[in-house]
Amino acid sequence: MKILVCITHVPDTTSKINFTNNNTKFDSNGVQFIIGPYDDYALARAVELKETSGAVVTVLNVGLAETEPTLRKALAIGADDAVRINAEPADAFFVAYQIAEYARPIGYDLILMGRESIDHNGGVVHGLVGELLGIPSVSPVMKLDIDANRVKLSREIEGGKEMLEANLPLVAGCQEPIAEWKIPNMRGIMSARTKPLLVVEPKQTDSGIKLQKFELPAPKSSVRMIASDNVAELVSLLKNEAKIL
Amino acid sequence: MALLVFVESAEGKIKKTSVEAVSFACGMGQAVTAIALGAVEKSELEALGSYGAQKVLHVSDERLNQGIIQAYARVLEQAMKDENADILILANSSLGTPVAARIAARIGASLASNVIELPNTTAGFVVKRSIYTGKAFAWVELTNQKKVITIRKNAAEMKEVGAPVQVTPYTVSLSEADFATKITSAEKATGEVLLPEANIVVSGGRGMKGPEHWSILEDLAKTLHAATGCSKPVSDMGWRPHHEHVGQTGVKVAPQLYIAVGISGAIQHLAGVNSSKCIVVINKDPEAPFFKAADYGIVGDAFEIIPKLTEAIKAAK
Ligand SMILES: Cc1cc2nc3c(=O)[nH]c(=O)nc-3n(C[C@H](O)[C@H](O)[C@H](O)COP(=O)(O)OP(=O)(O)OC[C@H]3O[C@@H](n4cnc5c(N)ncnc54)[C@H](O)[C@@H]3O)c2cc1C
Ligand SMILES: Nc1ncnc2c1ncn2[C@@H]1O[C@H](COP(=O)(O)O)[C@@H](O)[C@H]1O
Repeated sequence: MKILVCITHVPDTTSKINFTNNNTKFDSNGVQFIIGPYDDYALARAVELKETSGAVVTVLNVGLAETEPTLRKALAIGADDAVRINAEPADAFFVAYQIAEYARPIGYDLILMGRESIDHNGGVVHGLVGELLGIPSVSPVMKLDIDANRVKLSREIEGGKEMLEANLPLVAGCQEPIAEWKIPNMRGIMSARTKPLLVVEPKQTDSGIKLQKFELPAPKSSVRMIASDNVAELVSLLKNEAKIL
Repeated sequence: MALLVFVESAEGKIKKTSVEAVSFACGMGQAVTAIALGAVEKSELEALGSYGAQKVLHVSDERLNQGIIQAYARVLEQAMKDENADILILANSSLGTPVAARIAARIGASLASNVIELPNTTAGFVVKRSIYTGKAFAWVELTNQKKVITIRKNAAEMKEVGAPVQVTPYTVSLSEADFATKITSAEKATGEVLLPEANIVVSGGRGMKGPEHWSILEDLAKTLHAATGCSKPVSDMGWRPHHEHVGQTGVKVAPQLYIAVGISGAIQHLAGVNSSKCIVVINKDPEAPFFKAADYGIVGDAFEIIPKLTEAIKAAK
C-alpha cells in the first residue's frame, strides 16, 4: 500500500503573527516552524499503518526550500521518502492542483492530510484533491481503519460523529484522536538525513485567487475587573453595556 | 443572475448557520435561491423566504437524508447550472466546507472559505477571510466568473426581510458513484445547544478539578441557553466529550458571549475563541493570561462564583 501524507510548514502555535512588505508577506522573523498539528496526526496514523501493514509512506509539501527541515522531521518520525514541490503555497487550489498532478501518475492508495492548515485555515485542500483525482474525500476524520480494500472511518460533525465506509483510494483530512503525535527518536533523526527528498518543479495553473493584503485584528481594549462578591455587577454589565443578556 | 445558497438541516430543521448564509447572500443585493437536500420540514423551507430567499429548491431524494459530500456537490453543481447562478454560498461547517471544495474543483470556481464579511464588489469581488486561526485576516480577490464561498458563523446577522415562499421540488439524477462513501451510523447529541452554533458558550478548564464538578457549569449554561465547551486537557482526560474541545486543535467558536471558567488562556485555547464578541474570564489566579484577552474578569474560586452567577442571571430575567 502506498500512502501520501501532505504536510504544511507553519508557524508554531504560540507565534505572534506579523506581516511585512506593506502587509502582503508573512514576517517569518523569529518564528519557529512546525509540521501543522493536524498534519502531524495524519503522519502519525500513516506511520502506524506502515508498522501494522507494511505501507510505504511518502510525505509531500508544497513550499520553498525553507520547508525542508520540516520534511526531514517528518522523515525522522517515520516517513520513507519526501517530496517538495518547489513553489510558494499561494492558495488552496494552487496547492491542491500541485498535489493532484504529482499524485495522479503514482496512484496512491491513501492520501492523508490534516483537517486544516493553521495558516490558511481553508479546510479545503483534501476536498479539492479528491475531486481533481476523482476519488472520495472525507474530513474531518477521527478514526481510520483499513481492511483489505475497505476503509472504515469516523467523521466529526457538529455535536457528534458519523461512521462511514468507502473503498480505497481515498483522501482523508485528519484530526485527533486518529493517532497520537509521534516524537522523532535519535535513530529516526539519524536515518532521516539519508532518506530521499525529491524536489519537483510546480505546474502552471490559475486558481482564480489573488491576495490583496493581510490585516491584523484591532487591539483588544483592556479587561474590566469585577469583584468576586459582586456577580450582580457582571450580570448588569452584560445586560446594559455589552447588551447580550 | 442568481446567488445559490446551500442550506443545511438537522432533524428536519434548517441550521442557524445556514439561515445566516441566506441573510449574507441577501446582503449582496442579488436574487437569492436557497437549496435544501434530504428530509426537511416544509414550514422550515418556506420560512427561508422570510430571510430573503426568492426561491427555495428542495431535493427530497431519500439518499440525501445523510450528508454525503460527493453527492451533495453533484446536486449543487446541477442547481447552479439550472438556476444560472455564478456564486454559491455555504456555511463553514463540517459538511459545508468539504462540499464547497469538491464543487469548486468540479466547476472551476474561485474558492474562498472562512469568509467573515460581505464581499467588497466596488472593484472586482474581494472577500475578507480569517487566517492564522483568528490571529489575522486576508483580503483576497476571486477572479473567476464562478465563485464558491463559505462563511463563518456570525459573518451575517439573521434578518427577517420578506415573507414565506412556496417550495419548488427539484430533482437531480445521481449515480451510484456519487454515493461511493456510505454513512453507516451517526451519534449526535440531541436536544442540546450545539457548540459551533451557540450564541453563548460556557467553557471549563482544568481548574474545574474533575468531571463531577461540571454540573455547576451545566446549570449556568442551561440558564443562559448556552452550549458547554472545554479546554483540550479536559477532553484529553475524558472529563468531557471530544466535540466540546475548543481551541486551535478543536472547535473554533464565534459566539456573542464566551464564559471561560478555570481555563488559563494558553495561546492555543485563545486561538479558538478570539472571534467571540465578548469574553468573560473567571479564574482564581489574577495572573492568568486569559484576563488579557477578556472583556470582563473575576478573580476568584469558580466553585463559589458560578452558582452565584447562575442565581444572579435567573434573578435578572
Ligand atoms: C500544538 C498544540 C495545540 C493545542 N491545542 C489546544 C486547543 O485546541 N485547546 C486548548 O484548550 N488547549 C490546547 N493546547 C494546550 C494548551 O497549551 C494548554 O495546555 C491548555 O489550554 C491548558 O488547559 P487549561 O487552561 O484547562 O489548564 P491549565 O493551564 O492547567 O489552567 C487551569 C486554570 O484553572 C485555574 N483554576 C484552578 N482552580 C481554580 C478554581 N477553583 N477556580 C477558578 N480557577 C481555577 C488556574 O488558575 C489555571 O489558570 C494545545 C497545545 C499544543 C502544544
Ligand atoms: N503547502 C502545502 N503542502 C502540502 N500539503 C498542504 C499544503 N497546504 C495544505 N496542505 C494539506 O491540506 C490540508 C488542509 O489545508 P487547508 O485547506 O489549507 O486548510 C493540510 O492540513 C495539509 O495536509
